[in-house]
Amino acid sequence: MRNVYLDHAATTAVHPKVLESMLPYLQDKLGNPSSIYSSGREAKAAVETARAQVAALINAQPDEIIFTSGGTEADNLALTGVATALSQQGRHIITSRIEHHAVLHTAEELERKGFQVTYLPVDPDGLINPDLLEQALTPETIMVSIIFANNEIGTIEPIDRLAKIAKKHGVIFHTDAVQAVGNIPIDVEELNIDLLSLSGHKIYGPKGIGALYVRRGMNIKPLMQGGSQERKLRPGTENVPGIVGLGKAAELARIELPARSAHLTELRDYLIDGVLSSIAHVRLNGHRTLRLPGNANFSFEFIEGESLLLSLDMAGIAASSGSACTSGSLDPSHVLMAIGLSHEVAHGSLRLTLGRENNKEDVDYVLSVLPDIVGRLRAMSPLTPAKEA
Amino acid sequence: MYTEKVMDHFMHPRNVGEIDNPDGVGQVGNPVCGDIMKMSLRIKDDRIEDIKFKTFGCGAAIATSSMVTELVKGKTVAEALALNNRMVAEALGGLPCKKMHCSNLAADALHAAIADYKEKQVQASR
Repeated sequence: MRNVYLDHAATTAVHPKVLESMLPYLQDKLGNPSSIYSSGREAKAAVETARAQVAALINAQPDEIIFTSGGTEADNLALTGVATALSQQGRHIITSRIEHHAVLHTAEELERKGFQVTYLPVDPDGLINPDLLEQALTPETIMVSIIFANNEIGTIEPIDRLAKIAKKHGVIFHTDAVQAVGNIPIDVEELNIDLLSLSGHKIYGPKGIGALYVRRGMNIKPLMQGGSQERKLRPGTENVPGIVGLGKAAELARIELPARSAHLTELRDYLIDGVLSSIAHVRLNGHRTLRLPGNANFSFEFIEGESLLLSLDMAGIAASSGSACTSGSLDPSHVLMAIGLSHEVAHGSLRLTLGRENNKEDVDYVLSVLPDIVGRLRAMSPLTPAKEA
Repeated sequence: MYTEKVMDHFMHPRNVGEIDNPDGVGQVGNPVCGDIMKMSLRIKDDRIEDIKFKTFGCGAAIATSSMVTELVKGKTVAEALALNNRMVAEALGGLPCKKMHCSNLAADALHAAIADYKEKQVQASR
C-alpha cells in the first residue's frame, strides 16, 4: 500500500540538511551559550548564526528575533507580553474569529484579566475586511493580532492593508505566521509588522523551537523570569540544537521558497480540481486563490470527518479534519463555523496539506481512493438523499 | 485509539441499510454533535427478525451501530430492550473515554425503534 502524508500543516519531516546541522550540537558541541570557554562561545556563535538566518527569511534584523519553544509560546509572548507592558495605555485588543487557539485562548485569558477583546468576523472565504478593523479601533486599542494565513482553510489575509491601518493609528500589529512562513514571501518591513510568530516544525525544522520577531523599540514584557537570555524576553538556557535546526530550516526555506511554492501550488490546484470534478456535494473551504500553496480543505456533505480520516488512514493517507470528533470538543472547528458552515457540513471537513516530498503520483493516489471512501460512508449515512446513495 | 473490534465493525459494518416497510424505526442524535443513528426493524413473533442501520458519525458511532444490529438480531424484543449503551461498548472491547457519551447512542436508537414498533402495535389494536 502507498503511504501518503498530507498533513504538513500539522507537522513536517525534518529536512536532511537540517538534521545534519543539528547533530553536532546534540553531541560534541555541548557548550552552554552563556559559558565563556570555547565550546560555550561556539554554541553562542551557532545561536547567533541561526538568528541571522531566521531574520533573513522575513527581512528582519537578527536582534529582532527571540527564540521560543514554538509558535504557541511566541503567540503567548506577543499577546500577553504587549498587553502587560501597555496596560496603562489601554486595555483593548483586536483579533479575529479564525485565529489559532494559541492566540484565541490567550486573548480569552486576557479578557478574564480585564482586557476587552474584539473578534473580527470573516467573509465566507475566510477573509477579514480591513474596513471592519478600522471601525473596531478605539483610543483604548493597544494591539491588533491577525493570523497571516489560516491553518485550517489556508486563506491568506490582507496583512499589508490590516497592518497599515494599525500603523496609521499607532497600534501594535502582531501576526501568527506559523503556516505562512516559508510558504509565501514575508517582509516585515514592507508589511509594517511589529511582531510575528513562527515555528520550526512547520518548515521542515525540529519540533520544540520557534521564534517571535519583535520590532526594535517594542515595549514587551517576558512571560517568565530567569536569566538574561534572549534579551531577557525568554530566559532559560537556549535550545541550541533546536535553534541551529530552525536557522538551517529558515535558510533553506528562503532559498527554496519560490520553487517550493510553485511546486505546492501546482499540486494543490491539481488536487482541488480533481476532487471537485470527481465527487458531488463537495465544497472547497477557504479562498480559491488567496490560499496557502499546500492547503486544500473540503467539506463532503452527508458524512463525518473522523470516519473519513479513519478510512483514509486504512488506505495509507494521513490527513486532518475540523469535525468535533477530531477537535477534541463537542463543537466542530471554530474556523469552519466562522465562515458560515452548518454543523453537518463543518463535521464533514477534510484538510489535505501538501509538502515538499509530495508528488503528482501522491495526488493521483488520493484521487483514486477518495471517491470510493466518500461513497461508502455516504451509503451508510441517513443524511444522504435516497437518489445519491 | 480504537480497538481492533471497533475498526473491524467500522471497516466492515454489519446490516447497513434500511428495511422496506419496517415494523419500527428509531432515530437519535443530532447534526450539531455530529452523530445521527437510524435503526429499522422487522419483528416477527416478538423476535427481531431483521435490523438495519444508517449512521452519520465518527468511527465509534458506526461501529456501535453495527454491533447493536449484530447483538440483537434474532433476539426477543424484551432481550433487545435489556441492551444498553455500556454493554455495546463492552462488546466492542471498549471505546475511548470521550466517545462514551457523544457517540455511544446505538442502543438508544434501537430502543427508539422498538418504542415506535410498540406504538404501532397499540394503534393497530385500537
